This record gives sequence, C-alpha cells and structure tokens, in this order.
Amino acid sequence: MFFDHLVLGATGEFLNIGDIAATLIVFIALMLLLKKFAWGPLMGVMQEREDLIASEIETAENSRLESKKMLEEQRNLLKDARTQAQEIVENAKKQGEVSREEIITTARAEAGRMKDAAVLEIANERDKAISAVREEVVALSLLAATKVLEKEISEEDNRQLINETIAKAGEVQ
Amino acid sequence: MWQDPLFGIWFNLSNVMMLLVAALIVFLIAFFATRNLKLKPTGMQNFMEWIMDFVKGIIKSNMDWRDGGRFHVLGITLLMFIFVSNMLGLPFSIIVNGDLWWKSPTADPTVTMTLAATIIILSHYYGIKQKGLKNYGADYLKPMPFLFPLKIIEEFANTLTLGLRLYGNIFAGEILLGLLAGLGGAGIFGFAAAALPMMAWQGFSIFIGAIQAFIFVMLTMVYISHKVADDH
Repeated sequence: MFFDHLVLGATGEFLNIGDIAATLIVFIALMLLLKKFAWGPLMGVMQEREDLIASEIETAENSRLESKKMLEEQRNLLKDARTQAQEIVENAKKQGEVSREEIITTARAEAGRMKDAAVLEIANERDKAISAVREEVVALSLLAATKVLEKEISEEDNRQLINETIAKAGEVQ
Repeated sequence: MWQDPLFGIWFNLSNVMMLLVAALIVFLIAFFATRNLKLKPTGMQNFMEWIMDFVKGIIKSNMDWRDGGRFHVLGITLLMFIFVSNMLGLPFSIIVNGDLWWKSPTADPTVTMTLAATIIILSHYYGIKQKGLKNYGADYLKPMPFLFPLKIIEEFANTLTLGLRLYGNIFAGEILLGLLAGLGGAGIFGFAAAALPMMAWQGFSIFIGAIQAFIFVMLTMVYISHKVADDH
C-alpha cells in the first residue's frame, strides 16, 4: 500500500536515510545556488538602491542648506547694496548742496568783484573825461580869450587871466 | 523504495524526484525573476523584492537585523521552497503501480522533519556561536532552574511540531483531494458531487500551503531568535 511509507514511522524495517540526505542536499544546494544567482544580485541591487536613496536625500538636504545659505547671503548683499545706494545718494545730495553753496558764493564774489571793477572803471573814465573836458575847456577858453582880447589885453594881463581861469576851473572841479 | 547498492541506503525515489522538481521550479522562478536587475524595479523584480521585504519583516519582528540579516537567504529560500512544494501536489497526483510518484514533497514526514531538524540544529549552532557555550547553557536554567527538564522537552517538541505541522496540513490536504478525485472519477454523479468541493478544497489548499510556508519561516525565525537574541 502506498500509504505505508507516508505515515510517520511506517517505514518499517528500513529508515530512509536517503530521503533525509536528499532533502538536505537539495535544499542546501538550492539555497547556495539561489544565493549566488538570485538573492545575491537582488540584495545587491536593493542595497544599491538604498544607498542611492540615502545619498540622494543627503544631497538634497545639502543643497537645500546651501541654497538657504546662499539666499541669506544674497539677502545680506542686497541689504548692503541698498544701504550703500542710500549712502551714495545721500552723499551726492550733500555734495550737491556743498557745490551749490560754493558756486553761489563764487558767483556772488565774482559779481562783487566785477561790480567793483566796473565802478572803478567808471570813476577812472569819469576822471579821464573830466580832465579831458577841462583841458578842452582851457584850450577853448584860451582860444576864446585870445580871440576876444587879442588886442586889448597885454601879455601880462593875459597870463594873469589864464591863471585865474585855471584856478577857477580847478575850484569848479 | 529503492536501495542504493553501494551503501545500502534506502531512497524514496518519489521524494527525491519531487524535491528536485520543487527546487528546480524555485530556482527557475528566482533565476529568471532576477535577470536584468534595475534600480527602478519592474515586473518580476518587484515581486522578488516584495518576497525579500516580506521575509525581512518576519526576521525583524523576531530579532535585531544585525543578528538576523544572515538568515535572510535561508528565510527566502525556505519560504519559496515550501510554498512551491505545497503547491506541487494540488493540481494532480500520479500513482504508478500503486506507488505515489507525483505529490508534494512536504506531504512526506521525512522531508518536513529533516527541514525542521535542520532549522533546530541551526538555531542551536548559532545560539552557541553568538552567545558562547556558557550563556547558551545558562539559558536552559532560565527563568527557573527546575524548569530544566521542560526546556529539554521543549526543544524536541519544537522540532516535532515544526515538522509535523507542515506535514500534517499538506498530507491531509492531499488525502482529501485524493478522495475527492476518486469520487470525481467514479461516474457522472460522482463528478457532479465532487466538482464543487474539489474546487473549494483546492482553493483552500492553496491558502493552507501559503499559510504553512509563512508559519514555517516565522517559527524558524522565532526559534532561532530564542537562541540567538539576548533578550527573550
């Protein structure tokens, strides 16, 4: 009956050591073969993936930190730039104020100077004109006097008259 | 039965053949599933990775992965081998001249007891290797020294239950399938009567086969962890 050897202990007079050996050998051989051809490579790939993911996460974390740092840096730079720009504008304004003041002062001084020069010039010209006129007057009066008094006044009187006239002219001035 | 003429060792050739068939199927599945491995898994690679993670989960639920990592290959191979073995006897069985040739190899107590004994011996071996002979021996006196005889009995009980549970489930399933097949082959009425229970029982046997493979691997890891892990 085929049930005989399927029931525990029914192997009777012979112990089937062969089955035990076969089971062991087949199972161990299967395990070794699978380890070499299937589980080994598969575990390798899974490990690789694990490493890859871990490194990717690390990289992502690192780049996140880096970009955060850079953002902070950029923000600082921007702030600096803004302050600097403000400063520059302020300085320019101040500078403009100063130069405006300076220019005005210079212009005022220049104007004063020119006015003085003009006044002086005018005075000079007037003096010159007066003296010229006086000379002309003297000459004219001399001429006139000569013409009027040609015959009646002596040379002495003539000279006296001239001097008188000159003195008067001087007084007039 | 066949006696090897050289050493006088008895072989049940049906067992040997079915073991080889099961091993071959497992190997082919695993081999072709792990060709062309990619970092982005597809198809069968996903399936294999799921099995690996499943066994990893079983091991991790029992012990630290540092201790248990080395049993990963053992666990996966056991799971697939036992599952395939359990499935082999389901579609049909072949009886030649009154000898059962095609069946589940796990429907034979010799095979299951060999596997169970191997597991128990492995657990003792790794227990001694991991904790040293002194601590290993001391475990027999915990938690109470007077429980020592029970501890000894436990070891044998573990071996027996581990092997016989698998054997009993699969063997019973095949017996019932055999009876139903006999009924189905008896005539038109017999077939009508047997068809539905046959389908139900085959479906149930697939379930049983999967569950038993899982239980075997689970208990393997439990027994090993009892011996290997420090706290238990």
